Amino acid sequence: MSNKLIGQSVKRVEDRRFTTGNGKYTDDIVLPHMTYAYILRSPYAHAHIKSIDISAAQALEGVVKIYTGKDVEALNGVPCGWQVNFKNGETMREPKHPLLVADKVMHVGDGVAMIIAESKSIAKDAADLIEVDYDTLPAVTNPKEAAQANAPKVHDQFPDNIAFDWAIGNPIEEVDAAMATAHHITKLDFTNQRLVPNAIEPRSYIGSYDHVYDRYTLYTSTQNPHLIRLLMCAFVLGLPEHKVRVVGPDVGGGFGSKIYHYVEEALVTWASKQIRRPIKWTCDRSEAFLTDAHGRDHVSSAEMGFDKDGKIVGLRIKTYANVGAYLSTFSTAVPTYLHGTLLQGLYTTPKIHLDMTCVFTHTTAVDAYRGAGRPEATYLLERLMDVSAHEMGIDPAELRFKNFIPPFDGVTQPGYQTQVALQYDSGNYEGVLKRGLEMVGYENFRKEQAEARKKGKFIGIGFSTYVEACGIAPSAVVGSLGARAGLFESAQVRVQPTGKVNVYTGSHSHGQGHETTFAQVVADKLGIPMEDVEIIHGDSDAVAFGMGTYGSRSLAVGGSAIVKSIEKVLEKGAKIAAHKLECSTDDLEYDNGKWTIKGTDKSIGFGDVALTAYVPHVYPANLEPGLDFSSFYDPANFTYPFGCHIAIVEVDGDTGKVTMKRFIAVDDVGNVINPMIVDGQIHGGVAQGIGQALLEGVAYDETGQLITGTFMDYAMPRADDLPMFETDRTTTPCPHNPLGVKGAGEAGAIGSTPAVVNAVMDALWHKGVRDLEMPLTPQRVWRAMNAK
Amino acid sequence: MNKINITVNGKLHSDTVEGRTLLVHYLRENLELTGTHVGCDTSSCGACTVMIDGKAMKSCTMLAAQADGKSITTIEGLANGDELHPLQEGFKEMHGLQCGFCTPGMIMCASDLLSHNLNPSEQEIREAIEGNFCRCTGYHNIVKSVEYAAEKMREAVPA
Repeated sequence: MSNKLIGQSVKRVEDRRFTTGNGKYTDDIVLPHMTYAYILRSPYAHAHIKSIDISAAQALEGVVKIYTGKDVEALNGVPCGWQVNFKNGETMREPKHPLLVADKVMHVGDGVAMIIAESKSIAKDAADLIEVDYDTLPAVTNPKEAAQANAPKVHDQFPDNIAFDWAIGNPIEEVDAAMATAHHITKLDFTNQRLVPNAIEPRSYIGSYDHVYDRYTLYTSTQNPHLIRLLMCAFVLGLPEHKVRVVGPDVGGGFGSKIYHYVEEALVTWASKQIRRPIKWTCDRSEAFLTDAHGRDHVSSAEMGFDKDGKIVGLRIKTYANVGAYLSTFSTAVPTYLHGTLLQGLYTTPKIHLDMTCVFTHTTAVDAYRGAGRPEATYLLERLMDVSAHEMGIDPAELRFKNFIPPFDGVTQPGYQTQVALQYDSGNYEGVLKRGLEMVGYENFRKEQAEARKKGKFIGIGFSTYVEACGIAPSAVVGSLGARAGLFESAQVRVQPTGKVNVYTGSHSHGQGHETTFAQVVADKLGIPMEDVEIIHGDSDAVAFGMGTYGSRSLAVGGSAIVKSIEKVLEKGAKIAAHKLECSTDDLEYDNGKWTIKGTDKSIGFGDVALTAYVPHVYPANLEPGLDFSSFYDPANFTYPFGCHIAIVEVDGDTGKVTMKRFIAVDDVGNVINPMIVDGQIHGGVAQGIGQALLEGVAYDETGQLITGTFMDYAMPRADDLPMFETDRTTTPCPHNPLGVKGAGEAGAIGSTPAVVNAVMDALWHKGVRDLEMPLTPQRVWRAMNAK
Repeated sequence: MNKINITVNGKLHSDTVEGRTLLVHYLRENLELTGTHVGCDTSSCGACTVMIDGKAMKSCTMLAAQADGKSITTIEGLANGDELHPLQEGFKEMHGLQCGFCTPGMIMCASDLLSHNLNPSEQEIREAIEGNFCRCTGYHNIVKSVEYAAEKMREAVPA
């Protein structure tokens, strides 16, 4: 097999349409006779709806139809996709998440009416004419406070506000005993603040019903069209799945927030049949802040114990995770199986225990946001490591070297069994830290830091070494843990008679560049030009049932499914070639787009074999015509990328402003198909991680009002907030998938945040600043520096 | 209702619009130029940036009626037939985009910078595009894309 394209920074085939304004996002689509929907939302976090008067709105010219909560009460709510049980085995509490609220709103932004009109501006005008009489109630937004006895209740039937509790790791008695032997214990209280994913394309949906064919179409800005179809048909609307087409066209970023099945998807689909016209709903940004699932929001206390040589003896954590008012699609898996299972980190910690309580609050639902549970785990571990290093007087890099799991390739050496359920596939953790130290020039840094301090400049260095679990996921494993879906992927490789190839993938690209990376794989494996390959995704009518893109899974799972189909194509192609060349398949080798009889110059090309498959005049007996194969790939394990991120910051002594001076990322994501795209994924993740450390954070007031509800109040990184990133890689192939790839989508966001915070603390340690809540705004940093 | 005459990508359009119609909605809905995007409702994200009489402007900050008599270039009008503008080429060559949603606005904003500075420093590029959000790239490759285009355009200018 020829590797001409795999490993090359091939320029993206997608880019011509995007750079010329020809991308087709959902809001760009206009259907004949289309109407426009607007959702009237609750301005209160917690209130009884005493009455709704829609009469004036209904009378407005151009209004087509108005629905309130009462009209959709008979319909199911949107479901949670992952059932997690209480420690005592009881089923988690899953309140109905109604399409529109009829009686009691649970967070600011809860929908109370949908207005459908001839234009969006008419629908908005009508919304202003709807009179809702609310009886407001007290609200609670912090998960730890919501779990206290006297807290306001979110769902009356669950008076303690607990969605479920959960634990993982060694029995607490064993961890307590280990901690009792510790020479040094570092204790930290953490808030991993709530974030808003904020893909720049707001969510947008078009529901359309064709009464002639009794068929529905939903265009949706989603990361997983089939999953939306399944959830909407089977759980919410009770529609026959074969009569519903879901299309995820060009999608303007997701970062997790477009995985979930949202109420508006079901509303426009359902209502399009009622009014017999297509309905478009596009979110305003202010609505997106209130209704897109948020990320993070953990409140934790954590202790890490060390022996006198600096080896970790135990880790003990208590966390309250905020799930918001309702359980979003993957919300229950994020603080549990995507978080607790990562608390081993890349260290040999012998005893670990996490006690987790997931709590309802009067806030927007919290679900997976880039990294999803793993950034929270990495933040806990890496902050504890740096604070411990400073407290014990050990160099933070040295402390990590002391505690790393030794290298293992997963082939000649077994995978590493953690104390928290997972078995890592392969890793070389020392390697990434060594490379990071070389790149940063660590030996000189401490001298520079001391010199700078003499001049009144505070510079600091922060480390973060991480391992994560992605390429989700083995269906049997996640099924045993409560997932209500499989996590395989589908792929069809359709060879056309002329030897051109269409590939249908269940993965979904919303910025990842699948049309390029997947085509590189297919072209190389088949030995044909990349121009002869087209990747098709995002349309449930075209593509076999697939699971979509999240959890850094597209190449590891979706790419593996494509490889399986290619293998089937080549196996059948060899039979056809052998027949034409009058030899045995054993005599053939396939290279560079042709089958050759070994040791001869007799060969037949891929295109000739393809044509023969469809014009089977001279053809093997008992072989079906055609060259078109589908596959489903279910991974054997998660994949475990890892890396080392190092931040260098300067803190302004007068203002407390933190400036990023350098950011070094050494990531090991296994084999790499397109280095340019992998670097781009790391850059984007790092930017979001730096955003969390320095800028971003949701704030609610005491009534549950979101006070960071626009881009003017919620600070996201802009171009002048960030440095150029210095990236490098080591390569430890994944031992259990055919491409040896691990996944790169989330690594940047998982590793970077603690590196930045550690760097700021390193800069200010001599001033007695040990820990600060994120984001590290100038105000917070200045106050800490100047605290007496 | 207001009568307007607007030249968009070299073509004159005479239309009647509601007084409250934003320029971005006029471009997207009336002229079907959907390359200009809407990413926020506070003029913060820059996805709607177009060139108005040669200057980059956020088309959500302006009423269609205010654009009467003006000449507008949108992303659809930037290439010369099949020949991409150096910025369009630069964004492809240097991987300056991922999901592509901010890209048209980012390119229009950068084209304003390059119209008066063909040799911008990294810092000047960052300051020029700081009104435009990108959530995918971390801006690293956008900076390099603009540098690429600047170099191309310098080469094209006779010494």
